[in-house]
Amino acid sequence: MTEHFDAIVVGAGPAGNSAALVMARAGLSVLQIERGEYPGAKNVQGAILYADAVERVIPDFRDSAPLERHIIEQRMWMLDDHAYVGSHFRSDQFNEERPNRYTIIRAQFDKWFSSKVKEAGALIICETTVTDLLRDTSGKVIGVKVDRDDGEVTADVVVLADGVNALVSSRAGLRPELKPQEVALGVKETIFMPRETIDARFNLKGNEGVVIEAAGTITAGMTGTGFLYTNGDSLSVGIGCLISDFAKSQVRPYFLLERFKQHPAIAPLIAGGESKEYAAHMLPEGGYHAVPQVHGDGWVMAGDAAQFLNAMHREGSNLAMTSGRLAAETIIAAKKAGKPMTAATLKAYRKALEDSFVLRDLKKYRRLPQILETNKHFFTDYPRLITHAAETMLRVDGVPKLDKERAVMASFRSTRKLRGLVVDLVKLGRAWR
Amino acid sequence: MSQGPNMVVCIKQVPDSAQISVHPVTNTIMRQGVPTIINPYDLFALEAALRLRDQLGGKVTVLTMGPPMAVSALRKALGHGADEAILLSDRFFAGADTLATSYALTSAIQKLDSQHPVDLVFTGKQTIDGDTAQVGPGIARRMGLNQLTYVSAIPSIDLEAREICVHRRAEGGVQVLKTKLPCLITMLEASNEMRRGSLPDVLRSERAEIITWNAEAAGVEDLGKCGMKGSPTKVSKVFAPQPRAEKAKMIKADDGSPASLATAAIETMLAEDAGLLKVMAPQSTSA
Repeated sequence: MTEHFDAIVVGAGPAGNSAALVMARAGLSVLQIERGEYPGAKNVQGAILYADAVERVIPDFRDSAPLERHIIEQRMWMLDDHAYVGSHFRSDQFNEERPNRYTIIRAQFDKWFSSKVKEAGALIICETTVTDLLRDTSGKVIGVKVDRDDGEVTADVVVLADGVNALVSSRAGLRPELKPQEVALGVKETIFMPRETIDARFNLKGNEGVVIEAAGTITAGMTGTGFLYTNGDSLSVGIGCLISDFAKSQVRPYFLLERFKQHPAIAPLIAGGESKEYAAHMLPEGGYHAVPQVHGDGWVMAGDAAQFLNAMHREGSNLAMTSGRLAAETIIAAKKAGKPMTAATLKAYRKALEDSFVLRDLKKYRRLPQILETNKHFFTDYPRLITHAAETMLRVDGVPKLDKERAVMASFRSTRKLRGLVVDLVKLGRAWR
Repeated sequence: MSQGPNMVVCIKQVPDSAQISVHPVTNTIMRQGVPTIINPYDLFALEAALRLRDQLGGKVTVLTMGPPMAVSALRKALGHGADEAILLSDRFFAGADTLATSYALTSAIQKLDSQHPVDLVFTGKQTIDGDTAQVGPGIARRMGLNQLTYVSAIPSIDLEAREICVHRRAEGGVQVLKTKLPCLITMLEASNEMRRGSLPDVLRSERAEIITWNAEAAGVEDLGKCGMKGSPTKVSKVFAPQPRAEKAKMIKADDGSPASLATAAIETMLAEDAGLLKVMAPQSTSA
């Protein structure tokens, strides 16, 4: 009576979709289970799509995927309450035939992604929540149980792509409980305005787009960042901070977003737009040290559930897609070799992750989460000092430049002390490698 | 097939009215990108049929007329436990009003009836996008079926005697009605609660081949009675009601006490709408 599949994939986000697609295409019988009403219904992201990771799964995705704009300009801003200091990189070379980064609307993109998974032959069921993993007497995972009558279904292997909450993995004891300092809460709004207005405000033509990443006093002393992305006829504006910081400061996320929208650097960009969507989601920002065990007897874990998110570079969906693909490739190879889906066999997945940018990048920045979490002055003192320095040097008021420079140096010293400045520099250096 | 009743449930895929807006210039419903759902009233019809099947056996076929995308509504219905699904889809059906819709659906039901006699046809009491409540009765009239509209419960059915008893909502009460099979029933809201399909049902619904009939396959005899051609209803004007121009008003009272605030509020209301005084007058004299 109980049906059996080669693989069951829990979740229809980027990780689950990649895994299901690759396995189905290789001829495996795949059941994918999504709790949302449709794939993408529960998924929230800024969102930027990194072409490379998708291309490795769907080489011709540009022909049919719902893409908003390709990114030709990146702005990195450090803000205090009134000003920002920034670096902008804009290149016409980004107007290439196969652009590298796009803005997307996740609800639409995920639906499209899922249609490709279906085309590949996977069976996808929605509005169905996996409540438990089935295990044999040895403890090996042999299937799942869902919240429907006769809800047991078995498989050789279960791919846990159940997202940042990882409700299935956590309940099964495979993913440790999230720590508040390892998770950020992001809130965002989608603000609609005519395409031409966006083109004019950001100096864009065709499908060109701009990304703004912002840090500074906008997070009210908490560890976090803000962003603004240009979509076709809307802007995604959001901000996120560590949950431990929200808990401590008692600042409400939507208050932070409202304040960010009113910042003199952001307000004119969104003026006149109509806010039509409001969304919030958690982001696993614990980095390398928070990555749990990602494989075991009869199971592998991919995407946000496994904490694959590079907070420094604002990358997550590409790590998710890549980990999903690597999990699928591991399973396909094992299947071909006729090996049982044991921890020993699936260890190859962990190895593949270690050899890829997924774990190599996370390892590179392994110290960063802790340093940013414990050194709030990077988000408060430095933005103020740097914007103040810029303003001091740019204001022409009869004060000799040498005196201005001394005043700037003095402001740094009085705020951080010489020792503090050196220590901060060393910390940042260590965080980078 | 078992000896249970052979049932056809007509459903319609409609835009989720909780999420639609009206175009400010043309006053038409903006359907683009709006999620679709099974007309909520139809779910009561489907559940009523499923309950009879659970009790007596038989078969539940869901039928819809619509564009190819309506397949998702049929798949959902299969996921709830329906046995079979048929999509009526043809460009000849496009632009149909209730008259033309009931004609096309009748053709399909008659075809099913010729394969295996249909005992019961179910519809919801009305749709949430058209709100006419005409298609069900239209089918009954064309097929010569007894019709039981606004049904809230089906307490008994006797397949031997070919009799069914239902509760029907009526002005000021409930009618208990009995009629002969075959008949058509339109179900009232809140008459039951749609079940959650089992895992095997959902797996089956995703795998199922949805039978698609065009006009010819459905046995439609007169294309002139289908779609826009067969629809005498003409929409001459569409308008959205003007939002009322009333605004909130801050009322201040001298000392801010509840009593003086209440007095100030009443005085303001009476000043705004003199008609209120007349309404209140008889009460105040009797008091």
